[in-house]
Amino acid sequence: MQVTSSVRPPLVTGGKTIADVTADVCRPVETLPSKSWLVGFTVALIVFSFGFYCVCTLLWEGIGVWGLNKTVNWAWDITNFVWWIGIGHAGTLISAILMLFRQKWRTSINRAAEAMTIFAVMAAALFPVLHMGRPWVGYWNFPLPNAFGSLWSNFNSPLLWDVFAISTYFSVSLVFWYLGLIPDFATIRDRATTKIRQKIYGALSFGWDGSAKTWSRYEAVCLVLAGLSTPLVLSVHTIVSMDFATSVIPGWHTTIFPPYFVAGAIFSGFAMVLTLMLITRVLFKLEDYITIEHIESMNKIIVLTGSIVGIAYLTEFFIAWYSGVPYEKYAFINRAFGPFFWAYWSMMTCNVISPQLFWIRGIRRSILWTFILSIIVNIGMWFERFVIIVTSLHRDYIPSSWSDFNPTLYDAGVYLFSFGLFFTLFLLFAKYFPVINMAEVKSILKSSSKNDHK
Amino acid sequence: MSKGKNFLVGVFDEEEILMEAIPKIRKEGVKIHEVYTPYPVHGLDEALGYSPSNLPVGAFIFGLTGTICALTMMIGMLGLDWPMDIGGKPYIPLPAFIPITFEVTVLFSAHGMALSFLIVAGLKPWGTDKVVIFDKRSTDNKFVMAINVDKNHNLDNTKLTSILKSNGAAEISTKTIA
Repeated sequence: MQVTSSVRPPLVTGGKTIADVTADVCRPVETLPSKSWLVGFTVALIVFSFGFYCVCTLLWEGIGVWGLNKTVNWAWDITNFVWWIGIGHAGTLISAILMLFRQKWRTSINRAAEAMTIFAVMAAALFPVLHMGRPWVGYWNFPLPNAFGSLWSNFNSPLLWDVFAISTYFSVSLVFWYLGLIPDFATIRDRATTKIRQKIYGALSFGWDGSAKTWSRYEAVCLVLAGLSTPLVLSVHTIVSMDFATSVIPGWHTTIFPPYFVAGAIFSGFAMVLTLMLITRVLFKLEDYITIEHIESMNKIIVLTGSIVGIAYLTEFFIAWYSGVPYEKYAFINRAFGPFFWAYWSMMTCNVISPQLFWIRGIRRSILWTFILSIIVNIGMWFERFVIIVTSLHRDYIPSSWSDFNPTLYDAGVYLFSFGLFFTLFLLFAKYFPVINMAEVKSILKSSSKNDHK
Repeated sequence: MSKGKNFLVGVFDEEEILMEAIPKIRKEGVKIHEVYTPYPVHGLDEALGYSPSNLPVGAFIFGLTGTICALTMMIGMLGLDWPMDIGGKPYIPLPAFIPITFEVTVLFSAHGMALSFLIVAGLKPWGTDKVVIFDKRSTDNKFVMAINVDKNHNLDNTKLTSILKSNGAAEISTKTIA
């Protein structure tokens, strides 16, 4: 069935037929959860519950339970927000940008990566909402007339741009992901052996019948959605970076922020995709679909974006010196050698030095190395946001307002809550939804066969 | 003949056999009702004589609506209804309006097109029991061709069956739909 090209390695190994793809991807959905899944799910729920307690305390007591103070008024909350949003970017990059570039290897990983995007954006949105202190009046963000007249929201503010960008990004990603799921839900519906499963997946599949006319429309829609999502994903992190770049704080007020943040987002996102996929492929026995080739391709993107991020760090430093602005100079020297030097050097080691190991083919193709480095990159990217946010704030213009930052249990607890939420949702997705886009993988199974070259 | 619509259902094992069969079957004067495949087969819509979808045009119109709505909203609110002096900037600072205009354009375009797709393709979460599936394996690994017997008056059932068979259909069955 599958004919291997002499030029390119096959995208799916193990000589799979179309029926094998259906069977392999549907198996986790149709069987009882495995022990490892149950253990993972329990751990996620425990973390979620502890986090939930911290969130409740935060809402009851107010954001004073966090370690924020008058000078460092943004810390872990916004760090976590930017970190999660950045992670989300890889899903859209894989499903939209790689689709426009006709990268067929994306088909095995796009479903799970998009799911990751959606859950990561949910985890991210948590932080600005909680930081409001009174989330129940969060609707004030929307352009509604204020109760005392018609004072509207400020459309000049990047924080409001963020509201629009994140809502659009979340809802468009959700629609894109769900449209892709419809044909696969239909496959599960048609294989269903129980009445309940047939009913549930029947409703989820929206009555998909796989007719040629519908596929033709479906492909047109997916292509345009990919075309729309590509500038959208770039705009989202650009706008997130403008939350900082448009303010007059040394270390934030730089024009390099948008491209630097977008590269960083893709960098950390791919690292998270790798962490998740390396576990998923073993847990659900999908090694033939998510192969070493896939892992290597993602590692190549990590080394590229990691290097862009590295250059951005150096450029920032150079410009701080070259600008001759004393505040800017001080901010950067303070970053590297001030009280938070350990955070700065963790960031440099994790983000600039460690991904360079992927220049070595053996490391790029090693599952263990990839797993370790993917986690290191994510730690580094968290420190990057922490360094940018806290070190720029903690030395104010007037030395009398200088301050320190000490996180409390609730800073950590709410961060854990976002992890609990993310992993609970991801594990539910992995169990009940097809983790691999069956229809797309089936369409590329034969792409290296001789029939394609007629 | 029984009541309802009578269909002849041909099941093909391979994409290539199906793609070779379609032009030959159509040449025989057979009107194909529809073809059902487990994945998007490139060139299938052209082979069946379908014109490309107009949905991208719809996406453009929805997007344009979004652009106009966003600009009208912001200019109307900040420029006309309640002008606010924000850092001494103009009341209608167009560059500062670009991000939201862009986001709203994408929002309208993507959702408008996705919704139009669901409507024209008749996809909805309710009433899915009534959907006709000629052969359940068409979402797994088979390529299914349905021919409406009643719409092919010039050809009788045996003739249609032999055309399907000679063009590579692995299984042929009949199906009546109320």
